[in-house]
Amino acid sequence: MANIISDETIEYVGILAKLELSAEEKEAAKSDMGRMLDYIDKLNELDTSGVEPMSHVFPVHNVFREDVVTNGDDRANMLANAPEERDGQYQVPKTVE
Amino acid sequence: MSKQYETVIGLEVHVELATRTKIFCGCSTAFGGAPNTHTCPVCTGMPGSLPVLNKRVVELALAVGLATNCQINQYCKFDRKNYFYPDNPQNYQISQLYLPICHDGGVEIETPEGGKKIIGIHEIHMEEDAGKLIHDDWEDCSLVDFNRSGVPLIEIVSEPDMRSAEEVIAYLDKLRLIIQYLGASDCKLQEGSMRADVNLSVREAGAKEFGTRTEMKNLNSFKAIARAIEGEKARQIDLIEAGKPVIQETRRWDDTKEYSYAMRSKEDAQDYRYFPDPDLVPVIISDEMIDATKARQPEFRDEKMARYMEEFGLPAYDADILTGTKKLADIFEATTAICHNPKKVSNWLMVETMRLLKDREMDADKIRFSPEHLAALIQLTEEGTINSSVAKEVFEHVFDEDVDPQAYVEEHGLKMDNDSDALTSTIEEIVAANPQSVADYKAGKKKAVGFLVGQTMKATQGKANPAMINKILTEILDKM
Repeated sequence: MANIISDETIEYVGILAKLELSAEEKEAAKSDMGRMLDYIDKLNELDTSGVEPMSHVFPVHNVFREDVVTNGDDRANMLANAPEERDGQYQVPKTVE
Repeated sequence: MSKQYETVIGLEVHVELATRTKIFCGCSTAFGGAPNTHTCPVCTGMPGSLPVLNKRVVELALAVGLATNCQINQYCKFDRKNYFYPDNPQNYQISQLYLPICHDGGVEIETPEGGKKIIGIHEIHMEEDAGKLIHDDWEDCSLVDFNRSGVPLIEIVSEPDMRSAEEVIAYLDKLRLIIQYLGASDCKLQEGSMRADVNLSVREAGAKEFGTRTEMKNLNSFKAIARAIEGEKARQIDLIEAGKPVIQETRRWDDTKEYSYAMRSKEDAQDYRYFPDPDLVPVIISDEMIDATKARQPEFRDEKMARYMEEFGLPAYDADILTGTKKLADIFEATTAICHNPKKVSNWLMVETMRLLKDREMDADKIRFSPEHLAALIQLTEEGTINSSVAKEVFEHVFDEDVDPQAYVEEHGLKMDNDSDALTSTIEEIVAANPQSVADYKAGKKKAVGFLVGQTMKATQGKANPAMINKILTEILDKM
């Protein structure tokens, strides 16, 4: 494996992804991510000069909706997925920026 | 302050687009719905739901881009900006980073010194708004309403081309008018349909390098923006003078305390890990679409002002006020088209309408009266059916309730009294009853006539024709 993921990197990625990883999980993730980067290196061996970056796998573009209201009030159903609800709203732990 | 400093300001302006539905789903964007009644699996980020782009959003973003002299990325796409916050149910915001719809434009503003200056626009991109969080201190929790989640926004990113609060306001005003004239948004800062984040740094006058900038949020009026700029400029200069570093951070302006506070930063550094959104296909904007959008562009403010001055002979000051909001300009044009009397229409809008707007603490956009009724009122005064003081009284009712002035005048018996015989006898009675005023007049105090006119008006309950009173009264007095 050519790419070695550092402890700091895995720690940082864990924070960004809001994941708390055990020591074993960290080691496993480091090795997985290293192999992923190796694969990217493999792809980088290809000469892609003059090839437009692809942003979508399907050769499709301009999929639009007309600006027409199609959805009504479905609050009861929507809130059925809420961990907690109050006054028609999702209740979450206090979050202030 | 011993040294001279220059303030360098760039703006990020978010504008809510005037669509009926959200950017990626068919939920209504209407304001004021009960919490979470305008939501669906797409705008609440349910797994498996798929966004479909609202065509109108592309049309409006393109129209704003063309009106602000931008280049168009005819191949554009959407990217995901990843972050965790409860107002963002997907844990990413769909935005545009790599290929925004518009780039490299600019608008011309007038500087406080009276010159002209181009403020560059770095880019305009399309994105979705977040939900609304209400913090409950009592219960120590936050409540989330996703009605605004997925409402379409454009973010207009300027170049750091502004040097003062005045230039910032002039730029915002220019954007606001362009966007309002296009009908792309109502652009109300107070209501949040236009929001400006201010990026500001200071540097010694003449320095080449920019200083370290801060970003200020929570600015919801032009006045707050001006105060925040002055406050932040002073804060940064104080730091520099004291030899302390300016820290690059996001600050929240508290307009009541007139001070900004560093916001608790999102956990760790901001690392949004943008990547192309695989749920959305690219947007290709054809030459035909660009041409059609250009062809549909309305007459903008500067052109309108010039036309009002040339076509209707209005003074620059009047043309400036009338075109200052699209609503006033629309009423002016519609009323003039009916009564063909631009000077009078302008007068009613400039004087009485402005007075009542101020008195009622209203924005011009909230004007309810119809051009037909203003035209009818002008017609009634022009043909001498009512006098000017009655006209003002009737206009208040037109302004407040959009009454039909013709019917109102009939119903309340406000027609001007043009019966000269009846008026002559009324005046004769008043002259007889006020010998002192007559004596004053004869002694050369021409002002005494005013009192007698007033008495006559009172006696006729304001319905007499003032010109006629003057004529008859002078005749009677001169015969005495």
